[in-house]
Amino acid sequence: MSRQSADRLLSIGLMAAGLLSGVLLLFIVLFISMESWPVLHHTSLSTLLTSTDWRPSMGGFGLLAILVGSLSVSFLALLLAAPLGLATAFYLSVYAPPKIAAFGQKLIEVMAGIPSVVFGLWGLVTLVPIMVHLSPPGTSLLTAGIVLAIMIAPTLTVFSLLAIKSVPMATVQSGRALGLGRGTILRTIILPQARPGIVTGILLALARALGETMAVMMVAGNVVHIPTSLLDPVRTLTANIALEMGYALEAHRAALFMSGLLVMLITLVIVMAAGFKSDGTDKAP
Amino acid sequence: MKRSVSNRILATSFAGGAFLLAALFLWILGDILWRGLAGIDLAFLIQNPLNAGRSGGIRSVLVATLYIISLSIVIAAPLGLLAGMFLSELCHVYPRISRLIRQSLDTLAGVPSIIFGLFGNAVFAQYLGFRVSILTGALTLAVMILPFLIRSVEHSLRSLPAYYHRSAQALGLSRTTIMGHILLPAALPGLSTGLVLGIGRALAETAALVFTSGYVARMPGSVFDSGRALSVHIFDLAMNVPGGSTNAYKSAAVLVALLLIINLAIMALGHMRNRRRGEPNGC
Repeated sequence: MSRQSADRLLSIGLMAAGLLSGVLLLFIVLFISMESWPVLHHTSLSTLLTSTDWRPSMGGFGLLAILVGSLSVSFLALLLAAPLGLATAFYLSVYAPPKIAAFGQKLIEVMAGIPSVVFGLWGLVTLVPIMVHLSPPGTSLLTAGIVLAIMIAPTLTVFSLLAIKSVPMATVQSGRALGLGRGTILRTIILPQARPGIVTGILLALARALGETMAVMMVAGNVVHIPTSLLDPVRTLTANIALEMGYALEAHRAALFMSGLLVMLITLVIVMAAGFKSDGTDKAP
Repeated sequence: MKRSVSNRILATSFAGGAFLLAALFLWILGDILWRGLAGIDLAFLIQNPLNAGRSGGIRSVLVATLYIISLSIVIAAPLGLLAGMFLSELCHVYPRISRLIRQSLDTLAGVPSIIFGLFGNAVFAQYLGFRVSILTGALTLAVMILPFLIRSVEHSLRSLPAYYHRSAQALGLSRTTIMGHILLPAALPGLSTGLVLGIGRALAETAALVFTSGYVARMPGSVFDSGRALSVHIFDLAMNVPGGSTNAYKSAAVLVALLLIINLAIMALGHMRNRRRGEPNGC
């Protein structure tokens, strides 16, 4: 084979692989939409989104309570995780001695890779028995929020650390040369420059919380109703899918795909907002 | 001075937050490893599960996990390698397409794993007729880890010094030779890191597998059988099997230990990678 034709073949192969991977997202969105379509013959979109009546065997496909469940668990988790995750990022990047900083960063990387089912197991066997003292049975919005917060905190910390590290060293050093304290340097030099990256981290953590399934399902109680207190059980859109996919048929199955479509659209909007904010060509690998 | 007092309060509260988070992490890791590793012996690894997993071991589960992970890597790695090469080497030739593909992949990486499970169930299990099987699970995981593989291929090719590329071009070598004989071998540590990261992700996954590769705990005979992955086994024991939490903890300890080994491998590979320095090859 001549070198020109070998080169051409390589280019074509690379191009084909690139295009195939590029259209996967589109393909997934199309397929999930197609599969959820049949439920609209049965129940209108407005009923799906405004009714809290989820009784698939009786033809009730209202997703509102479950949507509220998803949003409340995720925002609660973010509310708990953001202060912890940000404090950790600030401490590790600005205050900690090098050895502690290196250990802390390693620990966070390890935790970011721990499977959600392991967090769920810990939540179910260790945390729920503690939460029972607040209110039985211990599985609740609050329990799910705590477990989820611990899970998304590493995401938040990793992205904040990246943002802080990308602040030019020269600006930090000129601050030091002026005799500014660490807190002042953090507030006046690092934070203003790192803010877009930190916002990206917060958004991605929220997206991760919304899409999380196993851990939440194991500790949230999974009752379909709009929660009125932190100790109420809740069901999320993702848990709804995992709980009922095993036996769902026809309209019910389509309604579960509709739950998935909702989760996907919400997380995609958040992920895209995060992407446009940072606008970096090279994020963390 | 007022300023320094408020700065000190700030510093203390940051340290407090960091130590609280670290304590929670160590509590969870310790809880899993302590309780789990306590009861593990060789028999647990080489016996099949009995009595819905309450007794016996995890042999068939480990075999199914191995099948699912290796098959998904076999499917995703070649595609990921080619697509990553496209994004790093041909992005000058097709800047607009490369940018679109990159954005699409970044977004794909943010899609929740249960959505991949739905997709895999609808496409691979139903439309393509593979049913709930190891093959369906592997294809689903392959789609899921693809963006990460591509990213790491692109990243490790890009971080090679630009003079590798330029000197090879100056010698009049063809693109195929430059790729095959110079760039890919040089990028090997980075490529392996990506692969190991992909394996870690696949190993940690549960939601995408529950209704693609399924629950069946029997020893799989072929890739068309359903097979229960380790993560699914933990979930099932904890949620659906009364009295299953002891073995759930043991299985979780095995899973966490595997992931820690993967982390060590990545650290070792990173060490190899850091030895080389030079001006990176930007797009």
